Amino acid sequence: MESCCFEPQWPADELLMKYQYISDFFIALAYFSIPLELIYFVKKSAVFPYRWVLVQFGAFIVLCGATHLINLWTFTMHTRTVEIVMTIAKGMTAAVSCATALMLVHIIPDLLSVKTRELFLKNKAAELDREMGLIRTQEETGRHVRMLTHEIRSTLDRHTILRTTLVELGRTLALEECALWMPTRTGLELQLSYTLRQQNPVGYTVPIQLPVINKVFSSNRAVKISPNCPVARLRPLAGKYIPGEVVAVRVPLLHLSNFQINDWPELSTKRYALMVLMLPSDSARQWHVHELELVEVVADQVAVALSHAAILEESMRARDLLIEQNFALDRARREAETAISARNDFLAVMNHEMRIPMHAIIALSSLLQETELTPEQRLMVETILKSSNLLATLINDVLDLSRLEDGSLKLDLGTFNVHAIFKEVLNLIKPIASVKKLLLTLNLAPDLPEYAIGDEKRLMQTILNVVGNAVKFTKEGSISITAFVTKSESLRDSRASDFYPMPSDNHFYLRVQVKDSGSGINPQDVPKLFTKFAQTQSSATRNSGGSGLGLAICKRFVNLMEGQIWIESEGLGKGCTAIFIVKLGIPEHSNESKHSFMPKGPPSRGQTTFPGVKVLVMDDNGVSRMVTRGLLVHLRCNVTAVSSSDECLRVVSQDHKVVFMDVLMPDGFEVAVRIREKFTNCHERPFIVALTGNTDKLTKETCMRVGLDGVILKPISVEKMRTVLSNIVEHRRLFEVM
Amino acid sequence: MDVLSHLHRQIADFTASLHREGFLDEQFTQLQKLRDESTPDFVNEVVSLFFEDCEKLVTNMARALESQTVDFKQVDSSVHQLKGSSSSIGATKIKNICIAFRTYCEAKNREGCVRCLQEVDHERVLLKNKLQTLFRLEQQFVTAGGSIPALQ
Repeated sequence: MESCCFEPQWPADELLMKYQYISDFFIALAYFSIPLELIYFVKKSAVFPYRWVLVQFGAFIVLCGATHLINLWTFTMHTRTVEIVMTIAKGMTAAVSCATALMLVHIIPDLLSVKTRELFLKNKAAELDREMGLIRTQEETGRHVRMLTHEIRSTLDRHTILRTTLVELGRTLALEECALWMPTRTGLELQLSYTLRQQNPVGYTVPIQLPVINKVFSSNRAVKISPNCPVARLRPLAGKYIPGEVVAVRVPLLHLSNFQINDWPELSTKRYALMVLMLPSDSARQWHVHELELVEVVADQVAVALSHAAILEESMRARDLLIEQNFALDRARREAETAISARNDFLAVMNHEMRIPMHAIIALSSLLQETELTPEQRLMVETILKSSNLLATLINDVLDLSRLEDGSLKLDLGTFNVHAIFKEVLNLIKPIASVKKLLLTLNLAPDLPEYAIGDEKRLMQTILNVVGNAVKFTKEGSISITAFVTKSESLRDSRASDFYPMPSDNHFYLRVQVKDSGSGINPQDVPKLFTKFAQTQSSATRNSGGSGLGLAICKRFVNLMEGQIWIESEGLGKGCTAIFIVKLGIPEHSNESKHSFMPKGPPSRGQTTFPGVKVLVMDDNGVSRMVTRGLLVHLRCNVTAVSSSDECLRVVSQDHKVVFMDVLMPDGFEVAVRIREKFTNCHERPFIVALTGNTDKLTKETCMRVGLDGVILKPISVEKMRTVLSNIVEHRRLFEVM
Repeated sequence: MDVLSHLHRQIADFTASLHREGFLDEQFTQLQKLRDESTPDFVNEVVSLFFEDCEKLVTNMARALESQTVDFKQVDSSVHQLKGSSSSIGATKIKNICIAFRTYCEAKNREGCVRCLQEVDHERVLLKNKLQTLFRLEQQFVTAGGSIPALQ
């Protein structure tokens, strides 16, 4: 201030003044350029939060610079204006700088905290990076596991599975060696089964009770083991420095029986295999956690794959077994069928073969009886006759029984008189009974229907058999036969406990009881009665003959008739009661004509002669032909008689109403077929009737098969012929006449 | 009338005896029933045809049985024919012999066959005589004025 009143005195302080002058100048310059720089750089960076602070700071600096600049003028004389400007500038500068100083107090902590946040974020970023790295590694691992699993599970062959596991593991984890130890059959040792590098591992075995192995087996994690333990020493140490780390994991060997429906297999299975994995030696690699996890997962997968393979093996084996069994069964069935058909053939042939000699024996014996014989000879001949009759019956019985056995027997249903059957049985038995002086009584219930539908012949056979047995085994006393319709309440029989017949509208159950006062039967023997060929061994019965077949056949007949038969006896000497129940049908109208096919007598309205009816007779036997012809002529038919099949085919025409042919001619049946072919329109074709002296089933069946309209048994009476023609002419019905 | 009734009874008795002795059976009766005004000689014709046939068959069979190797099939078929014919006219005895004859044929028993053949021939001759007697009686009856239906 003093300097502004004086004239500038340069000489002493001129240098100092000069320097001050220059410094002030530079200060002002700097002070002006700093805000410029700031503005320039701030404009460049987009992110600077404190702009207005900058403005303030800039103003402060500018004003400072201005002050220093104005200071330049104060070195020399200056006017009052300059003084004022200087004062104002200084004043403003003071104000702004104080404001700035106050502002900075607020701002600097903020700025500092920005720094801390920045540090914090950097750390966070580093951490996230680390984690990312981890996830990526896990992802890698997962991929590897999937790939491994895929490889392992893509095959069901046990060896391939194991080999693939080792190979893939080796590749994924870059292992030096990987080995699998399987338990031996005895379960006491582990045997080296597969290795990665060696193709055919020598059969090293290691006892299973080693502590290290137990340690591995007791945990389901992969366990690091020492490279020196026996399971890890797979190759001779080739002087390598540090063997790589070794890890072992257990592989459960699941057995089929572990998979029960209700409990998932817990690892209570005792059998494990051991998988040993070795990292390359001389590398600083360590087992990472994710690698261990990979190994564990793979071990589990392998276990599953192995068990699948085992199951498949089982099922393939079972299937092969089944195929074999099927084959064997099929063969057995075919053999059985062959046997059955062979037996049937045999029976059929024997039937025929046995009957011819029987026939001859019986015929010749009867002839013999007619000749002159001494009493001795007569006795012998009579015995022969009786025996042969018995034999014939036996043959018939056996044949019947075999037919019953294979179910080929069918009942011949027809309407018959129920009372008449019993009366006939009585008549047949009466002579024998009276010889033995037995009292025979028959008791028919009043509500027993007069007519019924059933197999008359076999029902009679059954009744006859039962009554016959009663008579046979009774030495004295009485035999009583009762027959009645059974109601449901009385069906609760101890012996027939599983038989509950349901009477319905058109059926009824006939119950027949035959009680005798004879020798009785031991209750233990009762079940044997109905088995074929079995005889009760008591001496009383042995003499009475009988083949043991009768009751067996009865039982089968009764069963066919949907009934039951049983015998009750209180013991030896106490007589016995034979009871059977059969199901019979009720005919619709009780007084309908009882004839199944043909009226047995002359029809009420029928022609007695058939004038103009054209018939053709074919028979190669002259006499038969003449007789048949005469018969038909007698009935006033227009008869043409031919003796050969060719002639027959030539002569037959639509005008002929009937063709009678002897079917035992060489091509009798063939002619029938040809005639049918010739007249395809049924309405105009002549009826074809077979004349035959042979009534066996085969002939009848052949007739029906060939399509003949009827069969007549020779010799033919006038009445029979009349009935036949009447049926044809009037009713145009298919028929069969015996 | 006496002659007629006498003849009638004779015929009836004779026929009955033939039935009883087993020469004829029901079939023959049926044949007789077929006789009427239009065919009075029916039975005669049939019977003569039968005997012709029978003779022929017997001759054939005798020749077959005499040869070195017997063709039993042929013999069997002849027997079958004979059986058929005899049953058609009701010649019971011959029919029964035929049945036994067939058994021998099946068994290829030459002695048995020869024996049966002899029997058949024997029976044939017998039956022929008997029937001739019957026909003669019937002729007499008809000449005496009897009518055929009365014979049934």
